[in-house]
Amino acid sequence: MHTCHNRSSNPGKKYMPRRCDLETILVLGSGPIVIGQACEFDYSGTQAIKALKSEGYRVVLVNSNPATIMTDPALADATYIEPLEPEIIAKVIERERPDALLPTVGGQTAINLSVELDQRGVLAQYGVELIGASVQAMQIAEDRQMFAQTMLQAGLPVCEGGIAHNLEEGKRILDGIGFPAILRPSYTLGGEGGGIAYNIDEFHNLLAQALDLSPTNQVLIERSIIGWKEFELEVMRDRADNAVIICSIENLDAMGVHTGDSITVAPAMTLTDREYQLMRDRAFEVIRAVGVETGGSNVQFAVHPETGEMLVIEMNPRVSRSSALASKATGFPIAKIAALLAVGLTLDEIPNDITGETLASFEPTIDYVVVKIPRWDFAKFPRSESLLTTSMKSVGEVMAIGSTFKQAFQKALRSLDLGIAGLETGLDKIKLDRERIIAQLRIPMWDRVFYIREALLQGLSVEELYRMTGIDSWFIEQLRQIVECELQLANTDLEKTTVKLLRRAKEWGFSDEQIGRLIYAGPNDIRKRREEWGIIPVFNRVDTCAAEFPARTPYLYSTYATQCEANPTQNKKVLILGGGPIRIGQGIEFDDCCCQAAFALEELGIESILMNCNPETVSTDYDTADRLYFEPLTSEDVRNVIQIEKPYGVIVQYGGQTPLKLARDIESLGTKVLGTSPDAIDLAEDRQRFSDLLSDLKLMQPDNGIARSTDEAISIAQSIGYPVLLRPSYVLGGRSMAIVHDEAQLLHYVHHAVEAAEQSPLLIDRFLENAIEVDVDAVCDGKRVVIAGILQHIEHAGVHSGDSSAVLPPHGLSIVRIKQLRKYTRELALAIGVRGLINVQYAISGSKIYILEANPRASRTIPFISKATGIAWVKVATMVMMGVDLEQQQVTDEITPNRVYVKEVVLPFNRFPGEDIIRGPEMKSTGEVMGTAEELGEAFAKAQMGAGRRLPESGTAFLSVNNRDKPELPSIAWELKRLGFNIMATSGTAALLRRTGLRVDTVFKVNEGRPNIVDHIRNGEIQLVVNTPLGRESRFDEIALRQAALRHGITTITTIPGAQAAIQGLAAIQKDEFAVAPIQTK
Amino acid sequence: MKNALRMRAQDTGTSLLPGVAMDAILLLEDGTCFEGIAFAGGGPVIAEVVFNTSLTGYQEIITDPSYRGQIVVLTASQIGNTGVNDRDNESCMPQIAGLVVRELSPRVSSWRAQGNLADFLAESNIPGLTGVDTRALTRYIRNQGAMKGVIAPADYPRDELETQLAQAPVMTGLDLASVVTCTEKYQWDEGNPLDYNPSGSSTAGMSTLHHVVVLDFGIKRSILRHLVHAGFRVTVVPAQTEAKRILALKPDGIFLSNGPGDPSAVTGAIGTVRELLGVSPIFGICLGHQILALALGGSTYKLKFGHRGGNHPVRHPDGGRVYITAQNHGFAVADVLPAGVKITEINLNDNTIEAIEHEELNAFGVQYHPEAGPGPREASYHFMKFRRMVDAHMSQSKQQSREEVHAATL
Repeated sequence: MHTCHNRSSNPGKKYMPRRCDLETILVLGSGPIVIGQACEFDYSGTQAIKALKSEGYRVVLVNSNPATIMTDPALADATYIEPLEPEIIAKVIERERPDALLPTVGGQTAINLSVELDQRGVLAQYGVELIGASVQAMQIAEDRQMFAQTMLQAGLPVCEGGIAHNLEEGKRILDGIGFPAILRPSYTLGGEGGGIAYNIDEFHNLLAQALDLSPTNQVLIERSIIGWKEFELEVMRDRADNAVIICSIENLDAMGVHTGDSITVAPAMTLTDREYQLMRDRAFEVIRAVGVETGGSNVQFAVHPETGEMLVIEMNPRVSRSSALASKATGFPIAKIAALLAVGLTLDEIPNDITGETLASFEPTIDYVVVKIPRWDFAKFPRSESLLTTSMKSVGEVMAIGSTFKQAFQKALRSLDLGIAGLETGLDKIKLDRERIIAQLRIPMWDRVFYIREALLQGLSVEELYRMTGIDSWFIEQLRQIVECELQLANTDLEKTTVKLLRRAKEWGFSDEQIGRLIYAGPNDIRKRREEWGIIPVFNRVDTCAAEFPARTPYLYSTYATQCEANPTQNKKVLILGGGPIRIGQGIEFDDCCCQAAFALEELGIESILMNCNPETVSTDYDTADRLYFEPLTSEDVRNVIQIEKPYGVIVQYGGQTPLKLARDIESLGTKVLGTSPDAIDLAEDRQRFSDLLSDLKLMQPDNGIARSTDEAISIAQSIGYPVLLRPSYVLGGRSMAIVHDEAQLLHYVHHAVEAAEQSPLLIDRFLENAIEVDVDAVCDGKRVVIAGILQHIEHAGVHSGDSSAVLPPHGLSIVRIKQLRKYTRELALAIGVRGLINVQYAISGSKIYILEANPRASRTIPFISKATGIAWVKVATMVMMGVDLEQQQVTDEITPNRVYVKEVVLPFNRFPGEDIIRGPEMKSTGEVMGTAEELGEAFAKAQMGAGRRLPESGTAFLSVNNRDKPELPSIAWELKRLGFNIMATSGTAALLRRTGLRVDTVFKVNEGRPNIVDHIRNGEIQLVVNTPLGRESRFDEIALRQAALRHGITTITTIPGAQAAIQGLAAIQKDEFAVAPIQTK
Repeated sequence: MKNALRMRAQDTGTSLLPGVAMDAILLLEDGTCFEGIAFAGGGPVIAEVVFNTSLTGYQEIITDPSYRGQIVVLTASQIGNTGVNDRDNESCMPQIAGLVVRELSPRVSSWRAQGNLADFLAESNIPGLTGVDTRALTRYIRNQGAMKGVIAPADYPRDELETQLAQAPVMTGLDLASVVTCTEKYQWDEGNPLDYNPSGSSTAGMSTLHHVVVLDFGIKRSILRHLVHAGFRVTVVPAQTEAKRILALKPDGIFLSNGPGDPSAVTGAIGTVRELLGVSPIFGICLGHQILALALGGSTYKLKFGHRGGNHPVRHPDGGRVYITAQNHGFAVADVLPAGVKITEINLNDNTIEAIEHEELNAFGVQYHPEAGPGPREASYHFMKFRRMVDAHMSQSKQQSREEVHAATL
């Protein structure tokens, strides 16, 4: 038994200790990164675990997502990387016997799971107490009807409406409220499946979809409050009923756009004190009425812009995306404090880390403005409409801190890493006519602020723009001022510009690049000029108190003001550049790497400095690194930090492509790029140099060429031979990558997707059909190369490596092959000159091994491999960069785990209706899970379960594959039959299978008659779909089939190797119950 | 594209600030100078420079008589966004000596707005300074302590300003209450402390109205509304009103208001309160609380830079619930208190006294602002506590007088 300790500050107060009747606490994570539930829950979970451990509790964690800091084995006492499913958690509970479960730091996933565990009686059976939120509070907050009733009983106004369980009920509610009506299904992530209906047809469609998506078949239909102002308050409450507001947040976008898709601003900008205090009082009434006894909650309000009518919209009885934002915006660590409150501490017993001298029982106040802008990836889903609605679609976000809104807003825009340097043209909108702009302004789209800029340039007034967009005129006025400053800049040049104008531009957040474009000068000319004039940024501290007390924590942001509070030390220090916003292809795994680097530096006694602009992450927690700069990751901003800190070196290889692009700029400042040199990075990334290197090493790569025109593309493709893989140069996540089978497809690609041009050449590779793809990650110190892990993909080459499922250690590769892969990786790493990590992607076709690419940086797979092998490879690599070679670290041998680890991805298709769900060369997944077991089958089945695609134990399997895959089909069908499945197929496939003696039910294709395959899916008669893309002819039929399967949550496998792995998984499910084990026991 | 922008630039020639924008400075008494742009009045104006960390409520702050004689620095960076309206005034006009902000909004956006901040200050010829690095200024005051400063046009002769600054009085020892107090007594009957709508009176369901006499040292309207709301008939009298004239009004309770300046300089009122102690229940807020403490035999002192903001945690010294409170005071009650006076609340940031009570004498004082306006309203229970104290005192007096009558008849 540990001993209980009491706090001893603030004499006089009779202190209650934290609860001593609890010993082990179970924390649930949020699982894979999906839209609506991103790495903010890694941040909150990590904070909670650290806090509970510091209070002496034993912490058990379950999370299926290996690409998280919270699953680092050093953090919790026992970490289970297992599917977040009730039966799995029950097994963990049975094994670990926790005294309590903290359900409030793992997003809606953890909340839903906790309610389910309670309802199944698991918590009662093992005597597990829920801390932080009761089942009742969780249900009230999530069930819209219960919530509305609770609010009305407490005298709190809510939006009129009702709950429909079917179309009739829906229509009855609609009669009472009229159009437009808002629909929101209960218990879905990020408001998924909701929408706004303007007419009866839309209403029917939306209601059907929403009913279908809600696991409880409940849909809230409400009076439209589109155009009202939207606010959020972050509330904390302790068991003594002390309640405080941590932060107020105002949405720039009016009601109608999901908060997660809105540009948001802290603190609230357009409320008088009287209105704000009413909102504050109501937020407390809400949290008390719902019954959240301890912890953090988020309460959302709508305010009528012309009458001030204020409605309670919703509340989350847990930490949320907004609370992560509020924590970063104010410096108040909501999740940490929530965890401490859950174990019985009160706010006035917890010190405020930032000031050190005050307590957590206060309300942060800030003397700057914070702007969050979401990051979308609509280009990945071209078939889906890029409208912003009440269903969240953004994949990540950035936050910026500035002295004023204008400064923060422009900093946030350039943080997005979209090639825009502020509120500027950038998006080729300049030639639009007025009508087109007005049309665009009325529809909430992600790029609306750029249309507003254009409209302002065309002379539309602030008032007009407010009426068209619903965006409060105060914000439009701010944009107008930015545009006015832009015009003034455009009216001058480097010689004529004045100190006053340049200073104002910098104060208002203009970047040197943006100013340079306006006055026809390079960013460096601007920098030189303003430095001569003394216009240089200073760094201010985020201190929770608007400078009332000194801040101990070096959490900094840049601004153009008079005093610098950075106070850099004279220590040896290293700057780590983060990855910026999460997007498809550059996800949480890079944040994990940046944090690991900070931990490694701490072990080495070197000061770590983190620079990043993503509020969701662990890397931007003020206590991850020694110092934190919350800044955009652009050349200018990085240079500012380098100038003040003068670090020994900069690490660019952990944050993905965003910091890697800056390597040359950093080097040109005379600052050391640690690890692999920029020239070596270029050697691996420049096609020609890399090809030459491979020839020198006598390594093979698929035939390829670089086309700078369409004609050249055609001739290269001909000489290589179809199918070929096409992609633009320098991309991450397989953006705009495609496999084309003939010239017509190639021309279609060139005309519709990516043009081949002199400045942006098109890369053409021979596409290797049915090749096995393998990822090898290794660490190299210049003398020695140690293989970190060999991951064999389950899908064949052609599916983007970020989207394929993969197995560690490789299954079914001969020892000779594996030896070759190791040898090639070693040769490549040494030849490139890697100091740190390298990832090499191979395709094995027949007896040949081709090198697809080499990435001299942390790869997406490194966190996965680290969890599987038990070695923090990023730490190892960081030590290498700092001169501690592998031998000194005693990391000299490859570790081959004796369990099987399967990586599976989650794809966001349910957010993008109409988008086809097949996996291809363009990466579309948002997150990943790990499944682990003694055998491949069980590991695969767990991975599927973790990814939310639970393999069915029995039922009917529908098989439909393309001609290339036909030879493999009979064995798959027979295996399924042997596992007890009925087999269903369309006529052609059925005939093929019957020839092998198999009993097959025939079903109509979509256009052959009724009932067809989609009808069977809708009727719940099919449990498993194996469908490999047939090609263009029957696309419509196929997409309809896959869409129906997606809507009805039917497990759909779109590749043959995937089907083969699934069969092993099915066999494992039938054989035995799954076993669970913590990763600490290797 | 560049030419197109150039053309349009010439079309739009709007200035970014209403009124005349001119360079101005805030010069502190130690010679430190902060630059900005003037709006509203031009100055020069000399006063004590203090900062307030509230995120909302600039209008209430500006019109709070407790800020008389002070240049207020607001740490919230965007000011003026919601304009001004009649309802949110805490007195009949702006009271501050000057206002210093990071960025004044040239546009007002609020359904409640009736005017803009710059015009509002200009009407009273109060200087405003925008574009100031208010964080640097706040840190400076935090480290150096509150000090005098002057807002003046940037080209104003510096030596003249320095001379004026040196000659200006310091806040300690300054009786400002007598400057801001009303000149004659008046009735106040407007309630509804919380609503947007100022009209009508709400009395929280009280059946009987008790009479409270308010000694006005610079009273805020929010306090008067709370008193009405708590069931009081309110008579406001000037700060100099003598005890016997107050008692002649037959008060059931006496309220000592907030106000500016050094409490120990308000010697007349301290004497008045001493006479009233034990006669009638007394409730004081802010300066009223300090005057009560002085009348009880305690002492006050000047804080280094004061408490001004809307986020101060207070609690009973032994624990219990924490209240987040609005504060605005540069002086505090020293913790050496005469017998019978109990400390009932402390500030958790620095353990200074936030409330005292003398049970036998039916008197209590609160250093912070339970009436909010602006700020959190959760501590408004003090008004009902006063009402209950008055209720109890009255029934006790009746009982006593009955007993006296009874004794006399024996």
